[in-house]
Parts: sequence; C-alpha cells; structure tokens
Amino acid sequence: MTGESTSRSFIKSKNKHGWLFVSLALILLGVFLFYPIVYSLYLSTTSSKGIVQKFVAFSNYARLFQDSMFILALKNTLIFFLIQVPIMLFLALILATILNDKTIKYRGLFRTAFFLPAVTSLIAYTILFKMMFSLDGFINGALLNVHIIKSPIPWLLDPFWAKVTLIIALTWRWTGYNMIFYLSALQNIPEEIYEAAKIDGANKVKQFFYITMPLLKPLILFTAIMSTIGTLQLFDEPMNLSQGGVTSATIGPGNSLLTLSVYVYNLCFKYMPNFGYAATVSYAIVLIVALLSIIQFKAMGDKK
Amino acid sequence: MKKHYSINRILIYVFLVFMFIVSVFPFYWMVAGMTNIAVDVIKGKMTFGNQMLTNITTLFTTYDMVRILLNSLKVTGFTVLGILIVSSMAAYGFQTYATPAREKAYSIIILFMMVPFIALMIPLFRLIVKMHLLNTHIGLILTSIASIFIIFFFRQSFKAFPYEIIQAARVDGAGEFRIFFSIFIPSMKSTYAAAAIYSFMSSWNAYLWPLIILQTDKQKTVTLMISSMSSAYFPEYGVIMTAIVIATLPIIIVFFGFQKYFVQGMLGSSLKQ
Repeated sequence: MTGESTSRSFIKSKNKHGWLFVSLALILLGVFLFYPIVYSLYLSTTSSKGIVQKFVAFSNYARLFQDSMFILALKNTLIFFLIQVPIMLFLALILATILNDKTIKYRGLFRTAFFLPAVTSLIAYTILFKMMFSLDGFINGALLNVHIIKSPIPWLLDPFWAKVTLIIALTWRWTGYNMIFYLSALQNIPEEIYEAAKIDGANKVKQFFYITMPLLKPLILFTAIMSTIGTLQLFDEPMNLSQGGVTSATIGPGNSLLTLSVYVYNLCFKYMPNFGYAATVSYAIVLIVALLSIIQFKAMGDKK
Repeated sequence: MKKHYSINRILIYVFLVFMFIVSVFPFYWMVAGMTNIAVDVIKGKMTFGNQMLTNITTLFTTYDMVRILLNSLKVTGFTVLGILIVSSMAAYGFQTYATPAREKAYSIIILFMMVPFIALMIPLFRLIVKMHLLNTHIGLILTSIASIFIIFFFRQSFKAFPYEIIQAARVDGAGEFRIFFSIFIPSMKSTYAAAAIYSFMSSWNAYLWPLIILQTDKQKTVTLMISSMSSAYFPEYGVIMTAIVIATLPIIIVFFGFQKYFVQGMLGSSLKQ
C-alpha cells in the first residue's frame, strides 16, 4: 500500500522533473525557432513595401517563376550543388580509403593536414582565397611561373572563372571534414572482407567500388544531405568573394555568385525591404532542400 | 608484379603529398602575409617580410581590435556556456525521464533540425527589433543558445550512461538536480568537451546572423570586422592577414590541444545509432 503510493508520487515527481529539465530548451526553441518558422510561412503570403503590409495569398509564390533574379540565383546554387558536392565527396572518399590503409606511412600527419582547412572560419578562408586568386595574385603568379598558362586567368573577374574559384574554395574547406566521417566509418569495416576479396582476385579499384562504396552508403547519403543543406545556404563565401563584400552591386561578376541565401539577404537588407517576398524565397529554399534530400534517398535506394 | 605495386605506391604518395601542400599552404601563406605590406601580399609574395610589427600596430590602433576581440570572446563565451547548460539539461531530461509525451516533443524537435536558418531569419530579425535587442550582444547570445544539433548530440552520448548509477544515487537520497550536476556532468566530461568545441567554433565563426543583428561598429565581432576590412576601397592586405591569423589562432590552438574531442564533436553522433 505505502509502497505503491510512494512509487506513484515518485513517478509524478519524476515527470515534473522531466519537464523541468527540458523546459529551458523548449522555451528558447519555441520563441526563437518554432515561432519564426511558422511566422515566416505567414509572411510568405504577404507583400510589404516599407511598413505597409498586405495579404496576397500565393501570388508571391507565382512571382518566383517570373523573377529573373530568383531564377539566376537558383541556377547558380544548383550548379554549385551539382558540380561541387560530387567532386568533394568523391575526393573525400578516396582520401579516406588511402588513409585507411595501414601500410601507408605518416597517416596521422596526412589526416591532420587534410582536416586542417575545416577549422578555419568561412570568412577567413574566403578572404584568403580572394587574395590568392586576384589577377596578379599568388595562383596566377605560380601558374605563369611553371608555364601552365600563358596569360593570367581572370579568376574573380569573369563569370565562369568566378564560379570555378568558389568551387575550388569550397572543396578546399570541406573535403577533409567529410573525409573524417568516412575514415571513422572505414575503421569499423573488418579487414577480413578485403582479405577475402583479394583472394577472389579483386584489385584495389574493384574493392573500392564493390566493398567500400556499398558499405559506406548510409554515410555517403548522410554527408550528401548535409552538403545539400550547406550548399543551399551558401552565403558567407559568395558574399565575401565579391569585390565590395556586403555592399557590392553584384555578387561576383555579372551576379555569377548570386546564391539563393544571398538573394534573401538582399531582398531584406539591400533593396527596399520586402520581408514577405523574402520569406517566400526562403521557403522555396526549404522546399528545394526537402526535394533534393528525397531524391537522394531514392537514388541511394534506402528503404528506411 | 613487385614493381607494378611500387609504382602504384609512388603515385599514391605523390597524390598525398600534393594534397598535403594544397591543404597546408594557405596557412603558411597567411602567416607569411602577416609579415608583408599590402602590395607584396596581393602579388603573392611567399617569403617572410619585416612588416609584422607595423601590421599588428595598425590593426590595434586604427581598428579598435581590443574591443572587437573582447566582443567576440564575450559573445562566444556566454553562447557556449548557455548551449552546454540548456542543451545538456534538455537531453538529460529527454533521456532519463522518457515518457511518451516527451518522446513526441523530442521527435518534433529533431524534425526541425533540417530547417535552414535562412527560413527563420526574417521573423527572428523582426522579433529582435520588437524586443529592443537589435545591436546588443544579449540578443545575439539569446538567439544562439537553443541548438537542436547539440541536444541531439548530447542525448546520443547520454544513452551510454549506466542508468543504475542514477538509481543508486536516488536510493541514497540525492535530489534530481544534484544527481545531474554533481554526479552526471563530471562523468560526461569528454562529451561536454566535444560539444563545447563544436559550439565554440560555430559561435566564433558565425557571420550571417551577427551581420544582421549587430549593425554598429561598437558591437562588431572579429568575423564581421575582417569581412568589412576586405571590402574596403583600398584594403590593407597585410593588416587583414594579421587579423585573419588572430581570428584563426584560437581555433587552431583548441584543435591541436583537444584533437580527440574535436573530431568527436565534428562527427557528432552520426555514427552512433
């Protein structure tokens, strides 16, 4: 009798403590995360010029398809996504595979070095790259010196090369980061599998495609989705590779580095603020992230 | 057969060394740039000059670097502290007192982890303006504390903690909060270290949100200052390099000092399922 009542009051107090422990986080998340996300959805159905704000239902969403700036930003973002993410993930996978081979010397040193770029701040490395890739900068100087090119490449002055520069920069910053994920997963694959494959006559390349890749599939999917979210949110790098930074008229030559997130920022803080339409663009980003993630899930054949 | 193998080997090492140079060179160049004048930096001079003292002096006298560093330290310090306390308490609450209602709340929270920041930025900005927190560090800290990722990370790590210890402490008459603060936290040091490093990095390096919420020079953080220095009409590249080195140094020190926790924090809990 007494035993039961104490245990009931104990469960009650346990429940109270449970809520106490999570309450701070729930309040902060509620005010600074859930409320803004929901409110943003409402905002996306309004239009504002200055302080006047009116309900426009879905016309903001219709406007997206006629907005040439939005389409350009979308195109740029998708180009970065389609080219940069596969290059980076493949490179990371190769580096991880090599460093997982215990007969390679100085593995620790290489691992640390490859990971090092991931500790830099996005602003710091972007500005570093902006200096290195200037017209008379280090990269052009080095390439001219070894006679790979005859005249300097207009890295940040030409729309095409500006995109190339950003892709190189992103790959430099994030390859080692992704490599660490793969490396720690590879260390869990029993070596016997590779031994058996070797006996069956599979060379290193075959082992890579038929053992390593399939076993790492869930992790490749994870990194691919993380990179998708990252690419769709690309902001710090394009903004700071541009000539005048935040104040520049175009983001990269001919707006070649204009990404969706930069466009949202511009709609809010550079032009006459239209928070309603900016919210619409930001929701478009959410939809694209969701869509691309679903496609990747399907492509990877993950049934869960 | 033997020869074929060693050619492969050589190619692999050539590739590794090439990648090594590519990865590390910008760091070398950054330190070299700190010792050179603007013209030399932009021309890609690779050797050390003798301008280091001049660059440092310029940085601290014309850019109010002391105040800006203190701003960054203050914002980062309080944000990390807040994240650690709030997120670990929440994760502990979800894990130790699991009920169907709280499990549901937890899964809803996790669902929102995928939402990009840009989707909530605009209402968040307006909220901050309404709360009169624009251009304040409090506003920046308060909005950065609730981190779903860190809650998730903590909970995944807490799953390994033996529940019997908590039960035993209860039998001994310890209060729930005492159990958390004096028994649980001390035995989870490495998890806290990993979470601290991760949040330190993201807070120290934050750009977009501080750019929006801190619009006066007095409140600026190091990241914001470097960005505005480089977009000036006549950027002083040597001085910028010095600022970049100073901004990167704390993270490099943390990285080499706590490499194990650092990597653990980076990997988060993606591998433990």
